Amino acid sequence: MSVVDGVRPARGGTQEIGLPSGGPRRGRSLFDRDILGHAVVEAFRKLDPRVQIRNPVMFVVLIGTVITLVESFAHPSVFTWSITVWLALTVLFANFAEAVAEGRGKAQADTLRKMRSDAQARRLLPDAGGEEVVPASALAKDDLVACEAGDIIPSDGEIIEGLASIDESAITGESAPVIRESGGDRSAVTGGTKVLSDRIVVRITAERGHTFLDRMIALVEGANRKKTPNEIALTILLAALTIVFVPVVVTLEPYSIFAHGTVSVVVLVALLVCLIPTTIGALLSAIGIAGMDRLVQRNVLAMSGRAVEAAGDVQTLLLDKTGTITLGNRMATSFRPVNGHSEMDVASAAQLASLSDETPEGRSIVVLAKERFGIRQRELREGHVFVPFSAQTRMSGLDVEGRQIRKGAAEAVRRWVVEQGGASSAELDRIVDKIARSGATPLAVADGPDLLGVIELKDVVKQGIRERFAELRAAGIRTVMITGDNPLTAAAIAQEAGVDDYLAEATPEAKMNLIKTEQSGGKLVAMTGDGTNDAPALAQADVGLAMNTGTSAAKEAGNMVDLDSNPTKLIDIVEIGKQLLITRGALTTFSIANDVAKYFAIIPAMFAVTYPQLTALNIMGLHSPQSAVLSAVIFNALVIVALIPLALRGVRFRPSGAAAILRRNVFIYGVGGIIAPFIFIKLIDLILTVTGAY
Amino acid sequence: MSFAWTIIAMVVVLAIAWRFLGAYMAAVFSGRARWLRFAERPIYRLIGVNPESEQSWRHYATSLIIFSAAALSVTYLIFRLQGVLPFNPQHLPAVSPALAWNTSVSFVTNTNWQAYSGETTMSYLSQMGSLAVQNFASAAAGIAVAVALIRGFARKGAKSIGNFWVDLVRGTIYILLPIAFVAAIVFMAQGALQTLAGPVHIHDALNGVSQLIPRGPVASQEAIKQLGTNGGGYFNANGADPFENPTGLTNFLSIVLILCIPVGLTYTFGAMVGSVRQGAAILGVMAILFGGWLAIASVSEHQANPAVAAAGMTHQPTGNMEGKEVRFGDTSSALYATASTQTSTGSVNSAEDSYTPMGGFAVLTGMMLGEVSPGGVGSGLYTILLFAIITVFIGGLMVGRTPEYLGKKIQAREVKLAALGVLVMPIVALILTAIAVSVHAGRIGPLNAGPHAFSEILYDFTSVTNNNGSAFAGLSVNTPFYNVIETFGLLLGRFAIMVPVLALAGALAAKKTVAASAGSFRTDQPMFVGLLVGVVLIVGALTFFPAVSLGPIVEQLSHGKFF
Repeated sequence: MSVVDGVRPARGGTQEIGLPSGGPRRGRSLFDRDILGHAVVEAFRKLDPRVQIRNPVMFVVLIGTVITLVESFAHPSVFTWSITVWLALTVLFANFAEAVAEGRGKAQADTLRKMRSDAQARRLLPDAGGEEVVPASALAKDDLVACEAGDIIPSDGEIIEGLASIDESAITGESAPVIRESGGDRSAVTGGTKVLSDRIVVRITAERGHTFLDRMIALVEGANRKKTPNEIALTILLAALTIVFVPVVVTLEPYSIFAHGTVSVVVLVALLVCLIPTTIGALLSAIGIAGMDRLVQRNVLAMSGRAVEAAGDVQTLLLDKTGTITLGNRMATSFRPVNGHSEMDVASAAQLASLSDETPEGRSIVVLAKERFGIRQRELREGHVFVPFSAQTRMSGLDVEGRQIRKGAAEAVRRWVVEQGGASSAELDRIVDKIARSGATPLAVADGPDLLGVIELKDVVKQGIRERFAELRAAGIRTVMITGDNPLTAAAIAQEAGVDDYLAEATPEAKMNLIKTEQSGGKLVAMTGDGTNDAPALAQADVGLAMNTGTSAAKEAGNMVDLDSNPTKLIDIVEIGKQLLITRGALTTFSIANDVAKYFAIIPAMFAVTYPQLTALNIMGLHSPQSAVLSAVIFNALVIVALIPLALRGVRFRPSGAAAILRRNVFIYGVGGIIAPFIFIKLIDLILTVTGAY
Repeated sequence: MSFAWTIIAMVVVLAIAWRFLGAYMAAVFSGRARWLRFAERPIYRLIGVNPESEQSWRHYATSLIIFSAAALSVTYLIFRLQGVLPFNPQHLPAVSPALAWNTSVSFVTNTNWQAYSGETTMSYLSQMGSLAVQNFASAAAGIAVAVALIRGFARKGAKSIGNFWVDLVRGTIYILLPIAFVAAIVFMAQGALQTLAGPVHIHDALNGVSQLIPRGPVASQEAIKQLGTNGGGYFNANGADPFENPTGLTNFLSIVLILCIPVGLTYTFGAMVGSVRQGAAILGVMAILFGGWLAIASVSEHQANPAVAAAGMTHQPTGNMEGKEVRFGDTSSALYATASTQTSTGSVNSAEDSYTPMGGFAVLTGMMLGEVSPGGVGSGLYTILLFAIITVFIGGLMVGRTPEYLGKKIQAREVKLAALGVLVMPIVALILTAIAVSVHAGRIGPLNAGPHAFSEILYDFTSVTNNNGSAFAGLSVNTPFYNVIETFGLLLGRFAIMVPVLALAGALAAKKTVAASAGSFRTDQPMFVGLLVGVVLIVGALTFFPAVSLGPIVEQLSHGKFF
């Protein structure tokens, strides 16, 4: 049952898209022994009525336990004591479930807190020009601090001077250092990260106690966890179902007196506890906490549970093309010969011209030539003269053994060929035009005056993304690609990636308008962003996922931050939101469906003396009235424990249409929920009988 | 065979009513049908209402309460003063305070629980001015509340849900009056009484027998009693009395009249929210429940009467005929009883007290499901929509979205109001039953002993709290205790549901709509129909199973021992 995070493969083909991650919040199992140990202690601590009153269902169970406890002292018997103990266990199991869900967050918060308390800051004195060493906690907003290689950045801020490579693994879990510099969209630094090289001056932007790290600690710990709207609605429904069963059970007392019989208070309490939705009542808060925790495990910080719920409802995803849909750099995808040359000629020349070209485009040409024609990597030798790219020539190439091989912008290469005494080619113009129109980039290749052909460079769509979008479509989610490209290019990539729509030549205003249009049509919109100009749109969107690499304005505006800065994760977040809601619905259905079997166990037992005819309802053939009641109570308690793993992991979400998901869940949790207790109550009854307890 | 034809004819007539009466009602409440403008305008002028103005849900609910309170007072006063008022050829004295209170509440709440014999208690004025008027008014009020809820679903970001007075007037003069007028003529033509000439004295000198045969304006009241799912008969014998229900045709007409508005309103609902399929889904749920309960009742009543069988007559091809009219027979009586108990009508053409245990189970539990299949005029629709909200909430979660119904997000407030509306009935019915079986005044009511006595009391409070008015009989209810305690069930069962429904209408109307997508839970599909049937059954079963097992179930398991 144990789920080992950190090595857990992402679901639904995210693996090849997701970035590697690790870090301090990783690696702890949900059912780590320490966490379980703490949870047992917490389970008892949560017996405090002030804690219990927040959960109406379990509060009724607690009151019931007190009543049976009193009865057990008044009329002691093995039966009354057994019921009392199992009712108490029911409450404890519920507390335990919540404590386990909270456990991992608490442990993570402790680690983060240590990081915060150790830091020292070198504050620049505004007038004197010197600096003083103060504890990080003493920093105020707008203080200036200096950080050099080896220093921990003391608080959140903005670089106002210098450039440095920074290890952000403490926050993001990503070990590769990142470059941060003053000015532009890469100037934000986070407290708790480490400077690896150079010196920077940082202006502190966070108020004391409100740093990103502080917020993160509060979030993972669930310190200011509020019930989400849907959780409140469900709690009301569960409270209503609890309230209605009180008269149902209490009126049985006068009814049985009218029939000249009696029912014991203990049995009435047992029936009440079995009928009220204890299963979902016990696990509801654990489900919510675990949902947030699943996001944290994926390095996403949601600022509120409300945002996670909204993610489940999202109907439109706005996805930035670069980095989300495409890999973000152009790659060579084909060689097109002209003037009677072969593809091989173009590939060979292109490879030579790219040998010293270290740009991703250059590398991709070498790779394609090798893949397509087996042209091995040739070494640069003596006499080979590399001609680097320059803004003037807009070409690069190689002079080798008298040949002058060039590749570059078609127009530049054509001009160069003409200068060399060659002729331009109408065929080449046609190909170049066609490639440009398809959204790709053409590079012409020439050997001296001889035009060889064209290399086609394309922004490559991520592997598996098309399938992912198809799944989203089945789940009723529309994907819109946002790009600064011209409409032609955008259309071509949109077609290839399989998005439903695209917004070309997107400006922040256009993005904002798109969100508003979607929302006015009653749709919930999710988007990602990192720049300051994304901030208004991030704030307007129902789910705004800001990249951790982005500006602090963007991070403030969004309601979630992705520490890995991987925009594709938006899709995972939607799935986590859905999973959260499905888990609640499934366990509610299961809980209510269970009642049918419990009635068949308890009602005949309750009136066994008054109306022996009702034994006909004992379709499970339970051994005795007492064993029947006890079996139902034991089942009711144990089912909570049995479902803790499901509550914490969540019901599996397979992207498909609502009808298919519903059919599946109704079958498993509705029909299954009716059948399962018949089997297990009978089983418990058999065990009680065989062991001679009854 | 004739039973099968009856069913087929019923389905055909109801299908026509669904399509055309439903569409007509949508036109009436959208203000498109205007052919009775000349009658409408003076009424608005008289009561000082601007027909163009709209009300918030609070104003709507306040108007409903004011109207009902006024109706209650007038009705009560007529009963108390009938001895000195005209149209009293039998010189009947004033109705006793407890009975007058019980009866006024009962008729104002569209229940028509009758703790008296109409022909020997009520003057013509009481019958026409109190009972018949309330048969129209309470039915129109029920339809108005249902229409307000429909508007809640249909409107976006709106502050108002219509105007109660306009809905009340339109429901009465455009829908109830014309249909009742035509139906009353058919009843008369078939032989139902319609006279103000007073009772007939018969003296049979040959046999030395003197008889007083009460008469009155019966046909006019009979039509609205069925059409408005009221159920209160002119005579004590109700639909079994040949003066009320003279022929097989009137019997069939009664069933159709009972069902046509509740069924038609599902079309009205669909039309007004912009998708007839949504209404058809609701109708499907009603039809499944109705069909199921009709099957239980008619199969049970077609069985041999166990007591008669015990006496040696095991061959009973006509089924259980104890307490049934030979004009109607076993299965047709079961059909009438099912239609009447599942619509909150409560009229009877046979004695349900004499049904087999499972037949009694069917009519009793039919009410326990909350009167939603198809339920009373208006009340059936708004109650099943409350169940639909609960269904959508749980089902919607299971598809991974915060639940929505007809584009409206179902959140804390909606869940609270829907749960309240759904759970008031079982809670009140169970508690009142518990009180009645605990106190002496209640315990002396039943004429039987053992579980059958329990069934009789449970049936009483289930009936009044559901505003059904159907009587299981076998219970002496014209006592101050029963007359007064029943009114708690009557009032709570009516207004403690209507007010949350109107609040819900207000909350829904104010909401924006959410666009549907392939990820939404479709509410016009068989899956939703199945789930809604399941939720209605489960809520009914979970709340009433213990009580029912102490009544009809134990009777059935005792093989008629207490029968």
